[in-house]
Amino acid sequence: MGNISGRYAIVGVAETKVGKRPDASTHSLHLECIKACLDDAGIKASAVDGFITNQPLNDAHRSYAVRMANMARMSPTFATDLALGGATPIAMVQHAVMAIEAGMANTVMCVHARKRGTPDPSPGHPIRHGDEHWEEPWGHFSAVANHAFAAQRHMHDFGTTSEDLAHVAVATRKHACLNKNATMRKPMTIADHQASRFIVAPLRLFDCALESDGGGAVLVTSAERARDFPKRPVAILGMGQHHPHFSLLDAPSLTTLGGKKSSERAYQMAGVAPKDMNFAEIYDCFTITTMITLEDYGFCKKGEGKDFVKNGRIEIGGQLPVNTHGGLLSQAHIEGMLHVTEAARQLRGNEVEPERQVRDAKVGIVSGHGGSLCMHASLILGAL
Amino acid sequence: MSDTKDSRGRAVRKVEPFLEELEAKPFWANLREHKLTVQCCNACGKLFTYPPQGSCPHCLSPDYKWVQLGGQGKVYSFVTYCRAWHPAYEDKVPYNVSLVDLDEGPRLLSNVIDCPPDRVTIGMPVEVVYEDNDGYTLPKFRPLK
Repeated sequence: MGNISGRYAIVGVAETKVGKRPDASTHSLHLECIKACLDDAGIKASAVDGFITNQPLNDAHRSYAVRMANMARMSPTFATDLALGGATPIAMVQHAVMAIEAGMANTVMCVHARKRGTPDPSPGHPIRHGDEHWEEPWGHFSAVANHAFAAQRHMHDFGTTSEDLAHVAVATRKHACLNKNATMRKPMTIADHQASRFIVAPLRLFDCALESDGGGAVLVTSAERARDFPKRPVAILGMGQHHPHFSLLDAPSLTTLGGKKSSERAYQMAGVAPKDMNFAEIYDCFTITTMITLEDYGFCKKGEGKDFVKNGRIEIGGQLPVNTHGGLLSQAHIEGMLHVTEAARQLRGNEVEPERQVRDAKVGIVSGHGGSLCMHASLILGAL
Repeated sequence: MSDTKDSRGRAVRKVEPFLEELEAKPFWANLREHKLTVQCCNACGKLFTYPPQGSCPHCLSPDYKWVQLGGQGKVYSFVTYCRAWHPAYEDKVPYNVSLVDLDEGPRLLSNVIDCPPDRVTIGMPVEVVYEDNDGYTLPKFRPLK
């Protein structure tokens, strides 16, 4: 297998209305994504022969992808569900490419939906990460705290402050204010961020992602077949993953994560460098995640993220617009699926609100980050 | 502490250690005798990390023994919980949770106690103290005197 950069493309993109969706269960949100993605790509469900979903946490049916494929009356020759936390959406696209390259399918749909904004009464048992009994006896419960450990260490090693992190939240909110499908559309100031309460210090409420209902989907096929679809295809140029640890007890670092190696592999496959990126959709479960990833992705040196995120540099119109949709912090938390759909829509060039369209967007990078800062996936997309 | 309800009336889980976990049983048994122990590989001689596992993480040999640690270390990073995720902690906020790097190498997640949360620092030397509960003992840490 030679370099597959540019040989596969995204030809269908969909996202549901996000926020609080008491009307829809987890599987209903998946079905909504499937319908919208088929409509966007102008095909019928029977034309999809590869199908990938996330493994939802609170709708714990096994073999979720096969269940959803059946509900949409697909009969795929390749199916799997993935559980890499916030790295899942990007990994789904990567698996789609691999399945097509291997000859197992031609047209692969990737669907990721999540219901965490409103209760999802479900008969199954919620899925847990598994090491809770090594954490909860000491009062450790949350993803917030795992990332607060990283923030504390970043502050200690590089002099980063809570106010530095505020710049990530404020820029992201600005973009959400321009996105009709964003949950938080009230402007935020640095002072608002600094006045928000500590959840797990040093992280404050406005350092934290939303909890949301919603979903997104993309359809992947070969660049050759992509020409037959109605919308402008988006080329898949580079892919990478890196998972350096599982538990924080084994983490080689809390301030350099899997994003470093993952992005290096993606840049290498795509034959591009950080300076070539017109925008970046960077996983933002917490503000510190965005700052660390910007450093790991080579947009600035390690420890300089606190300066990089200031002075409008990561805003639309700036040097590197970041999270042009409002991210997990202010649009919705669908574990990064909407980072992928947003990148694809930016590169289509005529889909997002004009006020938040990155001008002449040709190449963009997307990051996914999951678990206890342990999983990472990268995707470089380009306009065709 | 037992299964109970949180402030929103939802059933919540126990926050007790799982003492029956096959590889971890000796860890919890040794703590009852106020000994902090870790697995040590008989093949390559290196220490395991936590949580316990069935084979050496360095060479995958399943042949290991439990060895006692000195119980001293340094805070690698720490946080202050300002919100309780479980009713058992509602009267404890704000409280510290730390990653403690033991002098011999392995890292534990625990609490630094006998110290206000805002006085804990990265690199702070700490020593183990044993908190005896009904049925199990937790290793916690206090500033090294």
